Amino acid sequence: MDDLAPGYPSNILDEDRQGVLGRPLDRVDGPLKVAGKAIYAYEYAGQGKAAYGFIVGAAVATGRILAIDTAETSRLPGVVLIMTHPNVPTHRAYVTSGELPSGQPPYGVGRPFLADGRVRYHGEPVALVVAESFEQARDAAARVKVSYEAGPKPATRVKHEAAHAYAPKDVRGFLETDSSKGDFAGAFAGAPVQIDATYDTPFQNHHALEPHASMAVWQDGAVTLYVAAQLPIDCRDVIADTLQLPPEKVRIICKFVGGGFGSKLRTEADAVLSALAARQLGRPVKIAFTRQQVVVNAAHRTESIQRVRLGAERGGRLIALAHEALEHTSTFDEFAEQTVDATRHLYAAPNRLTTHRLVRLDLPMPGDMRAPGEAIGMLATEQAMDELACAIGLDPIELRIRNEPKVHPETGKPFSTRHLVECYREGAQRFGWDRRPAQPATLRDGRWLVGYGMAASIRSNFMATSQARARLAPDGRLTVQTAMTDIGTGTYTILTQIAAECLGLPVGQVTAEIGDSDLPRSPGSGGSFGAGSSGSAVYYACMTLLDRMARAAGLNDPSLLAIKHGQVSVGGQTMPIDAFMAQYAPQGIEADGEIKPGQEMRDYSQNAYGACFAEVGVDIDSGEPRLRRMLGVFTAGRILNAKTARSQATGGLIWGLSSALHEEGLIDERYGKFMNNDLAGYHVPAHADVVDVDAVFLPEVDDKSNPLKSKGLGELGICGSGAAVANAIYNACGVRVRSYPITLDKLIFDPAFPTPD
Amino acid sequence: MRPFTYERASNARAALRAVTDRPNAKFIAGGTNLIDLMKLQVETPAHLVDVNHLPLANIEEVDGGLRIGALVRNSTLAGDRRVREKYPVLSEALLAGASGQLRNKATTGGNLLQRTRCFYFYNRDTPCNKREPGSGCSALEGLNRMHAILGASPTCIAVHPSDMAVAMAALDATVETLSASGETRNIPLTDFHNLPGVEPQTETQLRPDELITAVTLPPPPPGGQVYRKVRDRASYAFALVSVAVAGGRIALGGVAHKPWRATRTEAALNSGAAPVDAADAELAAAKGYGGNDFKIPLVRRMIVRTLTQSAARETEVKHG
Ligand SMILES: Cc1cc2nc3c(=O)[nH]c(=O)nc-3n(C[C@H](O)[C@H](O)[C@H](O)COP(=O)(O)OP(=O)(O)OC[C@H]3O[C@@H](n4cnc5c(N)ncnc54)[C@H](O)[C@@H]3O)c2cc1C
Ligand code: SF4
Repeated sequence: MDDLAPGYPSNILDEDRQGVLGRPLDRVDGPLKVAGKAIYAYEYAGQGKAAYGFIVGAAVATGRILAIDTAETSRLPGVVLIMTHPNVPTHRAYVTSGELPSGQPPYGVGRPFLADGRVRYHGEPVALVVAESFEQARDAAARVKVSYEAGPKPATRVKHEAAHAYAPKDVRGFLETDSSKGDFAGAFAGAPVQIDATYDTPFQNHHALEPHASMAVWQDGAVTLYVAAQLPIDCRDVIADTLQLPPEKVRIICKFVGGGFGSKLRTEADAVLSALAARQLGRPVKIAFTRQQVVVNAAHRTESIQRVRLGAERGGRLIALAHEALEHTSTFDEFAEQTVDATRHLYAAPNRLTTHRLVRLDLPMPGDMRAPGEAIGMLATEQAMDELACAIGLDPIELRIRNEPKVHPETGKPFSTRHLVECYREGAQRFGWDRRPAQPATLRDGRWLVGYGMAASIRSNFMATSQARARLAPDGRLTVQTAMTDIGTGTYTILTQIAAECLGLPVGQVTAEIGDSDLPRSPGSGGSFGAGSSGSAVYYACMTLLDRMARAAGLNDPSLLAIKHGQVSVGGQTMPIDAFMAQYAPQGIEADGEIKPGQEMRDYSQNAYGACFAEVGVDIDSGEPRLRRMLGVFTAGRILNAKTARSQATGGLIWGLSSALHEEGLIDERYGKFMNNDLAGYHVPAHADVVDVDAVFLPEVDDKSNPLKSKGLGELGICGSGAAVANAIYNACGVRVRSYPITLDKLIFDPAFPTPD
Repeated sequence: MRPFTYERASNARAALRAVTDRPNAKFIAGGTNLIDLMKLQVETPAHLVDVNHLPLANIEEVDGGLRIGALVRNSTLAGDRRVREKYPVLSEALLAGASGQLRNKATTGGNLLQRTRCFYFYNRDTPCNKREPGSGCSALEGLNRMHAILGASPTCIAVHPSDMAVAMAALDATVETLSASGETRNIPLTDFHNLPGVEPQTETQLRPDELITAVTLPPPPPGGQVYRKVRDRASYAFALVSVAVAGGRIALGGVAHKPWRATRTEAALNSGAAPVDAADAELAAAKGYGGNDFKIPLVRRMIVRTLTQSAARETEVKHG
């Protein structure tokens, strides 16, 4: 144990000299956004008149294309190109995750479209029509006549394919498929209290406000792609690999992205086809998905069937714990959501078992959606914990505290920091948890049956190699650059704050430049690793810059140079930074920084934590379940910006509410098609559903995570929060619904539902 | 979207002439339903006649009731003092529909003519008799949680999605129309919409050469009024079921191809039946299709509850 990594030493950020880091600074890009001046991918103009592409999707879910009749389409005014599999320019074959070198995420390799006549899912692109205007292209696309030889009836539901489930080799290249410890079966069989419950969660769609959109512009054999992407470098690599170009011939610009949630990790047909079409036409081509197309042309979240077994002593201590997930991948590639992962880290229990199994469905590739794994896994396990608490008559918080592990329950590794119990206690006090009725269906407010529920939150902390550059101009303005994205989370703002804090500058003097693959390499936005990774690279770049400033002033020891509010103290003298630059570095100074996952990532179990609380009302007449209040109390290391962090956390809580009560992608099994493919049919909470939601972060610094001592928090709020709502519904009306979303028809016909008086 | 031509009409006559002169022409009011359907090519008019500038946006008092112009916006109507005081069921129904932005655009006439929200109707690559007569009804054995339990046919089990029209059915409203030849008709709202029968594509009694000019409400009936909408989220969701009560008159939403006047319930109540038995009198003919089976007992519960509520309101009104 003694050679554990020591962690990151005390540094300039701990000194809080400039006093900007962590403060609730307004978004630096906010004024651009509210003024409509933030330019998104589809809105770029110039560089020649763009043509507009529209994708034709397959009208069957399995089979092959017999013929494509484009006669009518090609005669329509404005049509300039029709691309189909017989005439698409040769591009690279699809690279499956199984063909990737181990550990390489599947987001940066060849993604062909229109490559052959096979249809693998309903809506798969079968043609691209490019015309002078979007409406011409859309109308022309509707007139492309495709005939198919229909294949077998599509397999579209996990429950029907369970008999064909298989164990993947690993889960997305970096997690074990299964884990076990002790003797689960024996211990469960002998446990005095047993919970054995199966939960299911539906298909979900991300529905970011901005649909996937791209504009490709070619010049001198190189392409610039303006695209709604979370990962600029991977997107560049996909385009380069698919079009067989050297990466330096591809530039990705994604200055603003209107939400991603994981759906813009992969590079999709809009990007690849606009690049192909623009090359062929010799002019810019734009492609955007319609709302309906987003549902099939981008990833969705798997549906899942999860069995949870808890064996406990009467006092609540867990003896045996199992979580087994059945979910889907496509017929042509593999993606396994890490649904049981949180279970491996959360509670102590000597005998344990977790498994992932997959079935292959005739659907588009499922993929990452906010908090992949935890988001749906904890809908099951955190409801099961509530079931256990109710079964033994113990307060759900007390049950969790009794099962709080001292070290990682599977690996025995120490936790970097873990203040989960503090979150429970603080949350309980703030929320008024003591008012929770011990017996379900006993609290009334008019026609509302009122209930309280809670759940734990946990989300793994990740880090990915990241680079940044800092440049101090002669006038004392600082620019930091990295190929990171801001998908609405606040990246521009926190990078500005980190740099300002390091250099002792007012935030107005600092500019963050991101969203361009030509900038220093960044992992992009995903897995909540963005702020910690790119922020640390910025930190290191700034530290090197300070060092160079000191050297420029002839100091060997950089600690002899101090800057605050743009005033540089050097050798007993204080001067404005522009004067310092004029004197010592009239050309400006530049420095690079890099962070790589270090030994700390391996030696410690690193997670962000929280406790979610919900109060719901269930209408005794109609059974309509509605949120009344929600609170999350979290710890996630150092908070870089109190406002953007809170927004992420409340957004996550609302998404938890959404998965508990609303979201469900509905498939018609006969056609293999997602049917509720717009926002009238696919419900997320409306404002009226989100009456009172709050999030609080307890002070924490985690010196094992990164030099900022922060942990990823973008996905934390969604973890567990849906189960808190489900548990509150049980507490309100005494009905346990294990099939999400919890809609009124699943409540009022349960014999346990109270009869209206 | 198919290419189309557009013109703005300045009076009713001109608007009617414009739609009858051209093949495949349609009126457009708020456009909140028509434009969506045009984008999906579920509707493909070749010519649009914009009626927004016709002088049909007034609410007038006539014969102790109200005459509501076809172009009165849903939000204007919901906020009208006379409506809120004398026809609260209508105001409540309007405010329970759509979202603030949509209600600001949506018109009285357009709301009556909005089309069903059946998923298959919106997805052109699936069979749907209403969109493509003779192609089959996908909902019958498909996703039909939102669908009809009363008055459906094997050809179509879609529901009419309006909230406003349900309240108007309970208020005994009349739809006033004008034809190209100058003929006006007054069609009781409860007769205005058709049941699907074998021709679900023909949804109302309105003829292609007719314009809705107004909806007329008779004086409010004595008794309490309530609109109760049951839905999957607190706002911006179509009704699973809804109940409008205006005095002794009851109408149901989300249950049929038209706003459904529960005449059997009304009759049973008149002859002294208990609310739950009166509800069952209407529901005797109800039929579920799997996904929507829950609506039958849900309607029963909601009729009972809404009757209690309207009785309580009546008492409130009496005792000031
Ligand atoms: C996301 C969403 C949610 C919604 N939720 C609800 C809800 O919960 N409850 C609810 O009740 N409604 C809801 N609506 C529907 C909304 O109320 C209707 O779209 C609206 O009332 C239609 O009115 P409009 O004026 O925009 O009609 P338009 O779209 O302009 O027209 C609709 C039809 O009526 C015809 N038309 C219009 N005016 C006349 C006239 N004077 N004479 C003859 N024909 C005419 C048009 O030709 C067209 O066929 C929702 C709509 C959306 C998009
Ligand atoms: S219910 Fe009516 S609208 Fe829906 S699929 Fe059947 S025919 Fe079409």
